[in-house]
This record gives sequence, structure tokens and C-alpha cells, in this order.
Amino acid sequence: MTEAVVAAYLVLVLGIGAFARRRLAATGEDYFAASRTIGPVVLLATLFGTHMTAFSLLGASGEAYHRGVGVFSLMASSSALVVPAVFWFVAPRAWAVCRRNGFLTQVEMVRARWESPGLAVALGAVLAALLVPYLLIGVMGGGITLAEITDGRVPQWAGSLVMVLVVLAYVGAGGIRGTSWVNTFQTVVFIVLGAVTAGVVAAKTGGLGALASRVDPALLVHGDRIPALELLSYTLIPLSVGTFPHIFSHWLSAESPRAFRLPIVAYPLCVAAVWLPSVLVGVLASADLPGLEGPAANSVLIRAIDLHAPGALAGLLAAGVFAAVMSSLDSQSLALSSLVTRGLGGRRRGGGGGIEAAAAGRRQLLLGRLVVALVLAATFALSLVAERSIFRLGVWSFTGFAALFPLLVAALWWRRATAAGAWASLATAAALFLYYFVHAAQNPGYTLGGTGFMPVAVILPAAALALVVVSLLTRPPADEAIALFFPERAR
Amino acid sequence: MRAAWLWVALAALFLLHHDFWFWREPRLVLGLPAGLLYHVTYCLAVAALMAVAVHRAWPPPGITEADVAGDPRG
Repeated sequence: MTEAVVAAYLVLVLGIGAFARRRLAATGEDYFAASRTIGPVVLLATLFGTHMTAFSLLGASGEAYHRGVGVFSLMASSSALVVPAVFWFVAPRAWAVCRRNGFLTQVEMVRARWESPGLAVALGAVLAALLVPYLLIGVMGGGITLAEITDGRVPQWAGSLVMVLVVLAYVGAGGIRGTSWVNTFQTVVFIVLGAVTAGVVAAKTGGLGALASRVDPALLVHGDRIPALELLSYTLIPLSVGTFPHIFSHWLSAESPRAFRLPIVAYPLCVAAVWLPSVLVGVLASADLPGLEGPAANSVLIRAIDLHAPGALAGLLAAGVFAAVMSSLDSQSLALSSLVTRGLGGRRRGGGGGIEAAAAGRRQLLLGRLVVALVLAATFALSLVAERSIFRLGVWSFTGFAALFPLLVAALWWRRATAAGAWASLATAAALFLYYFVHAAQNPGYTLGGTGFMPVAVILPAAALALVVVSLLTRPPADEAIALFFPERAR
Repeated sequence: MRAAWLWVALAALFLLHHDFWFWREPRLVLGLPAGLLYHVTYCLAVAALMAVAVHRAWPPPGITEADVAGDPRG
């Protein structure tokens, strides 16, 4: 029964993707940006669905299992503040600049901003490298989900493979429009089913009143499990939303700046709606499913569903987890394809249509689909050997993306930023990231000096400082490049 | 600075995020740990602030008249 429900859900998802294929025009702009036609409701759902991953459901509940309710403040409420602020100050500006100039990726934008193909290639490589662990979270999460909910009848590798093939099918068919429509459906599914899951688990474990009587009291407070400096420095992690290529792609698919209004307002509500049930299930499950050590807690949400929910309901709830996982995997693979395709094929300059334009559009579409397939295949292969905690894997990926935030902001907002400054920022971020990553490889709970201060609190300011200092010491950019980005202030 | 009040409000919310006064509070309020309920309410407060912002301070900085004029929804 469980497998049948999940299978029915996946068939529904494929159907939406097939429908989106009918609307697909054979151009790169339509495949990667839906020809900039996405309205506010779909934009909210797809941005949120893309942003919420296995990290938000499996990772959140797993971390709450170990560390308690403080996990909500660590990532959820900090995201509720920072993400809308980034959407306000960065997203519409990025949309406008890219629309005026025909950019479809951050790499194209950076190349034009600083007239530096080398910088663009380096940035693209860094973005791609940081996306890999993020992709892994999704593929591993899908495999874990199906394996647990079927009591091992479907092995983890098979669950991962099914997910990859389904995502490949609808992303390949419909591009970002198909992805957006599927994400809208999946976002509704995982929000609703996440709440149902928490309700079912709470009811079966004695209700929320059971929290005080059955659960370790230390899990009900921040206490010593969430150090103050960790909470402070974690606030920088959600800045990563400003540099995620998959989020950036969705920004560019918006039909207008006005389309961002709903996501800006509703995002905090959506965050609370997803994270609260996940955290509560993790905490409640600590009483019924004791002894899950380290990464084993990643499956606590699924184990709780399996323990407390009957067959069909378990299948539905598992489908909700699948929805959250796939809603990010699709956009991430498409964004990576966009980086490669637009980087290899370049964007067409000048106007006009005709046979040549149509052929170029078809080539870009074919190349885009091919790269999506290669990305998903490589990620699946990696998932067979990777074993890191989903939560910690996600945090490192987010740290790297957050460190690129100063560079992106400078490209959009600071006329005086130079290519040398951008190089310095990128190099500083990369060097410090690798330094701390190597240190943390031997210590999963690594913080600076054991204080709770996250490495992002050093890496991001250092990258910003390098950008500012080197920019001020080097020649200002050419007027022509500035005019592309700041036409309202052009001389 | 345009919409300076928004910057001030966001800074205030950033400070309020660090709820040291509930750090070790064990009480349940409305069935939830007090600290958790505080942060859920915090999310609602952010949504309310941004709702005011989109109504009072739109468009956000960096959008030109041409961008707004090209908006199919006016």
C-alpha cells in the first residue's frame, strides 16, 4: 500500500511535467527562465519549495532529536527574517538588471559587470562545486525516505534512483516552467502533509502535553545545546539564499518586480509552517525512538511515520517528504545545467529571429537537457558512497554560498567594486572555506575555538573586507560596464 | 535614506531574535515550550513587517521607473 501511494504521487508529478512540456518553446530563455512569465503565487511556491529540502524536514527533525526545540530558532526563525530581507533588497534588483541585459545566470551577470571571463568561469566553478553537496542532500534524502518507509523492501540506492529518474523526466521535459508547476504542487503537499504528520505523531504520543512528561526537559529549552554565539553566527547562513543558483534562476523567471511581493510577505509564514512540525516530531520521537546516534537521526521523521501511521497514510506522508526533496533537486540540477549550458554556448547577442536563432535555441535546449542528465547521474553515483550527516552537509554548502553574498551584492549595488576586488573576495572566501572545512573534517561539531561561533562568521566578513579594500586600491570599472548595471545613474 | 524605518525595524528584529530571556525557560505556553512559541510568533511578526513594507515602501530600492512601467500588472 505504501509503495502504491508513493508511486501514484510520482505518476502525478510526471503528469504535471508532461503538461508543462506542451508549453515549452525551443529556446534557452524559455527552458531556463520560462520566458519570465511566472506569477506571484507560483513564484512563492517554487521559491519556497526549492529552498526547503531534505535539510528542512529530515535534517531539522534529526537535529531536533539531538538538540531540541532550539533548532527552530537556529535555522527557521533566522531564515524567516533574513530571506525576506534578501528578497526585498536583492531579488527585484537582480531581476531588473538581468532582464534589461538578457542574463540568465549569475555567471553571465558577473562576466558583464566586471568584463572578466576568467572571474565568471571561476565563480561558475565555485557555484557548481558548492551545489554538489546540496544535490547529495536531496538524492540521499530520497533514498533514506523510501528505504525507511518500506522497511527496507526498497533499498536506499533504489529509492535514490527512482527519485533521480522522475526528476530527470519532468525537468528534461518542461524546464523551469515544469519545475515551477511541479514545485507548486509539491510545496502544497509537503506543507499540508508535514502538519498532518506532526498531528498524527503528537496524537499517538499523547499530544503536545506529553512534551513535558515524556521528553528529556533539556530538549525543550535552548540551554546549553544551542550556544548563544552559535545562534548569533547562524544568522548569516540564510544569506546563502542570495547566491543559490537555483533560487537566482527562479528570481529571473518572475513576470515582474511586483511578483516578489507575495513571497516577501508570506515566506516567514511558510517557514514556520514547515519547520515547526519537523522540529516537534524530532523532539517527540526522542522518547519513542531512543538510541539513534549521529546521522542515524536523519531518518527519525520517517521512522516516526512508520511507527505511528497506518499503511496508506504512511505512503502519503512519505510522499510529502519526497515532495520536499524533489522540489529542490529539480531546480538545483536545472541551475547547474544553466551555468554550464550558458557558459559553454554563450548567450545570443543582438536581436532578430530566423533559422539561425531557432537552431541556436534548439541546440541550447538539447545541451541543457543533456547536462541535467549528467548532473543527476553523477550525483546518484556519489550518493552511493557518501555518508555524512545531512544537516552538517547542508550547513557547509550554505556556508560557502553565504560567503559569496558580498560579491553578488557588490555587483548589483556598488559602482566602485572592481574586478580585482571581486577576485579577492572570491579567493578569500574559497581559501577560508577550504581551511575550515579541512579542520572540521576531523570534528563534526566544529566551531571556532569551541565557542559556538560558526566559520561563516569569519569567512563572510573576510570576503567582504577583501572586496572593499582591493576595490578601493584598484582602478574603477569602465563607464560602459557601469552603464549596463546603473543606467539610472549613468553620466 | 528611503524607507529607513524598514532598516531600523529589521535591525530591531535581528536583536530580538536572540531571546536570552527564554533561554532556559521550561514552561509550556499553549502546549509549546515558551522559547519555541516565541520564535513562531517572531515569524508572524516578520511577515507583518514585510506586509507593511510592500504596501508603504514599494517599489524596493534599485528598481527604475522603466522596470515598473514594464510591469504587466501596472
